[in-house]
Amino acid sequence: MADDFSDKKPSRRQFLAGAAALGAGSTAASSLSASDDDPLITEVQEWAQITGDGVDATPYGLPIEFEKDVVRRNVGWLTADTISSINFSPIHALDGTITPQGCAFERHHSGAIELRKEDYRLMINGLVDQELVFTYEDLERFPREQHVYFCECAANTGMEWAGAQLNGVQFTHGMIHNMEYTGVPLRTLLNEAGLNAAGDLKGKWIFVEGADASSNGRSIPMEKALDDVLVAFKANGEALRKEHGYPARLVVPGWEGNMWVKWLRRVEVLDKPVESREETSKYTDTLADGMSRKWTWAMDAKSVVTSPSPQSPISHGKGPLVISGLAWSGRGAITRVDVTIDGGENWYEARLAQPGTKMALTRFYLDIEWDGEEMFLQSRAHDETGYVQPTKEELREVRGLNSIYHNNCIQTWWIKSNGEAENVEIS
Amino acid sequence: MSKSRDLFTVAGIVVFGVLLIATNFADRFVTQLPQDAKIVSSDFDPDFRMIAAAEASAVGPRDGKFGLGRGATKREVAAWDGDISPDGTGLPMGSGDAINGEEVFAEHCAICHGDFAEGVDNWPELAGGLDTLADEDPVKTVGSYWPYLSTTWDYVKRSMPFGYAQSLSDDDVYAIVAYILYSNDIVDEDFILSNETFLDVEMPNKNGFIVDDRLTSESHFWNKKVCMSDCKSDVKITMRAAVLDVTPEDEKNENSEDSAAVTTISNQVEEQSEALVEVVNLDSGLVEAGEKAFKKCKSCHQIGDGAKNKTGPHLNAIFGRKIGGIQGFKYSKIFKSMRDDGRVWDEESMTEFLASPKQYAKGTKMSFAGFKKEKDILSTIEYLKSFQSLN
Repeated sequence: MADDFSDKKPSRRQFLAGAAALGAGSTAASSLSASDDDPLITEVQEWAQITGDGVDATPYGLPIEFEKDVVRRNVGWLTADTISSINFSPIHALDGTITPQGCAFERHHSGAIELRKEDYRLMINGLVDQELVFTYEDLERFPREQHVYFCECAANTGMEWAGAQLNGVQFTHGMIHNMEYTGVPLRTLLNEAGLNAAGDLKGKWIFVEGADASSNGRSIPMEKALDDVLVAFKANGEALRKEHGYPARLVVPGWEGNMWVKWLRRVEVLDKPVESREETSKYTDTLADGMSRKWTWAMDAKSVVTSPSPQSPISHGKGPLVISGLAWSGRGAITRVDVTIDGGENWYEARLAQPGTKMALTRFYLDIEWDGEEMFLQSRAHDETGYVQPTKEELREVRGLNSIYHNNCIQTWWIKSNGEAENVEIS
Repeated sequence: MSKSRDLFTVAGIVVFGVLLIATNFADRFVTQLPQDAKIVSSDFDPDFRMIAAAEASAVGPRDGKFGLGRGATKREVAAWDGDISPDGTGLPMGSGDAINGEEVFAEHCAICHGDFAEGVDNWPELAGGLDTLADEDPVKTVGSYWPYLSTTWDYVKRSMPFGYAQSLSDDDVYAIVAYILYSNDIVDEDFILSNETFLDVEMPNKNGFIVDDRLTSESHFWNKKVCMSDCKSDVKITMRAAVLDVTPEDEKNENSEDSAAVTTISNQVEEQSEALVEVVNLDSGLVEAGEKAFKKCKSCHQIGDGAKNKTGPHLNAIFGRKIGGIQGFKYSKIFKSMRDDGRVWDEESMTEFLASPKQYAKGTKMSFAGFKKEKDILSTIEYLKSFQSLN
């Protein structure tokens, strides 16, 4: 059987090559001969005769083995140790907008802990009428909401500030995932504890921390806390994964991923921010004159072509080509994406697969007839606030070269005539 | 609207849903819908809809509260509420100076951050870098960058040492913070840092931060009129990522390496299983329990195939190894002297060490305080033994 299969390989490749040479047009049947027969069609295949796996072969299924390369990847030299590190979602190989949990990027400060629902406690304390402790079961008894939101690490694309560095969209833009969350609005929990003790809520803050060894505490203004922040316990319909904060995490729509505290254990109401390590020494943006911005929470509008890209080259030759990418904004919905294939001489409005929704990924497509010549692919996002994604030069003009976080610049892929792609900067 | 009516409508949905599945998937088994089954949509019953969309302020219990959760006790709040504010709110009583701080730092912190807080490998440097923030490569340390001293105290107390967080006494934290300040030339070595002197310390970069000003400084990114055609000419490449070559291996290489790795692992498994036959008395249940107990060790120690020295030395084939016996690893002094005495790791020495590392090896930099339960020591040793055949 194995021999049979390998025998078929050359002719299958021949077929594909032939199709590419012919281009998109269909060929009249009369001009085809027996040598054009595809054995995958003309011969009965093994899978069409014998039976496949029964229903319980994989009680919880993983992707089929042919997709085993579609996995999170790490850049070893970035951090001292994988326990306090980050990896990247394989966005070059995904389509649609929802990121499957199993390949959604992870960022831990002291490793992904195992916390049982039975051992989970959430405390609300500080300036509240009654300091409270909730169990996991309590959380499931509050009215729930569902929303799709992206979570982007503030450092996404951070390695590209000084120049084109990593050759793959997974590494340049993969610190992002997009999931459908089920959870309880944080305002419901704060209301349960009562906010009369806090007095005027203007200028008040909450401080949130996790149950892991890093605790990763962050201060969030009350206005945001009462707006759209969720305590989520399900993502894409199932329990959160350990690496994403099982059994419950904070979801802070549109704001940098570091604030999405995992294994959430405490919410404190305060009259001032704590100025924790994660909001002073990290996640702040040093400008050219040495001054640094703090509290840069919102993720600005951004987009990138995910295919073709260095890890997803064009393999089919000239002819119809689907250019596909992702766009998002932490300030609202994506309204438009422009794509250029000539490095910005001419731009075309891309097709949004679905209308953009607030603080969620939007998929865009530009369907072209590729002439087989080299291209410089870029995309440019617009959001509902009127923000237009800037170029790297435009960002550098304002922020200098020493920033790490919040790099939302336009990305360039150089597509060579053989279909291979490379991360470049252009004039 | 009575409660029983609500219950009924909910039951109605369930029955209907189950029947739909039955009709769709079991085409030989079509059942008729019972006549009283109702299709309930969210706007069928106004009460139902309100419950479904219940907001704290909309319906539900009095005051918009649900009566869920329970009051937190004072001790519970005290146990978890440890955050320290820039004005010193939250600081416990206590004190320490740089002189004893140097010792505490050497014991708990130096293994990653260096004896002089200069940072080891990729671990953060905590000292130096003053006046470099506007340079090409700013050096961001507690001294050069952190605007508030409270942040250092808060972080050291709650998140350090890495791998054994929340294990330091308040006085040790004061001492460590004093030593970090001293390493940055911010205080003298005899300065006593305490809850009372805390606000006397001036952080060099306290005025180095502005609040997010993107809405004004980057306002030109909004409502920009974008060019769509003939926008520029003569596009040239100015930089290529491929030249730098720092990307983790490409797909093709990785694939072939993957399969190579698979071969290695399977060989390894064979070797290991042979070795396991040699170590006849391994208790698999105990090994499993040991794997769990080992979680307390693994942030610093690697074990298993390809294990390397990290913050601590790798632990493959530890039994029979000379104490302090891995060449090139930077051991604490105590381990060097044990090595010179010719001492070797065996079950007895390991048991003693794991029960109280600092008692067995006085002066060890290892931050772990030891296993309290004898069971954890036994199982950890059994787990370590299962890697005896690896190098």
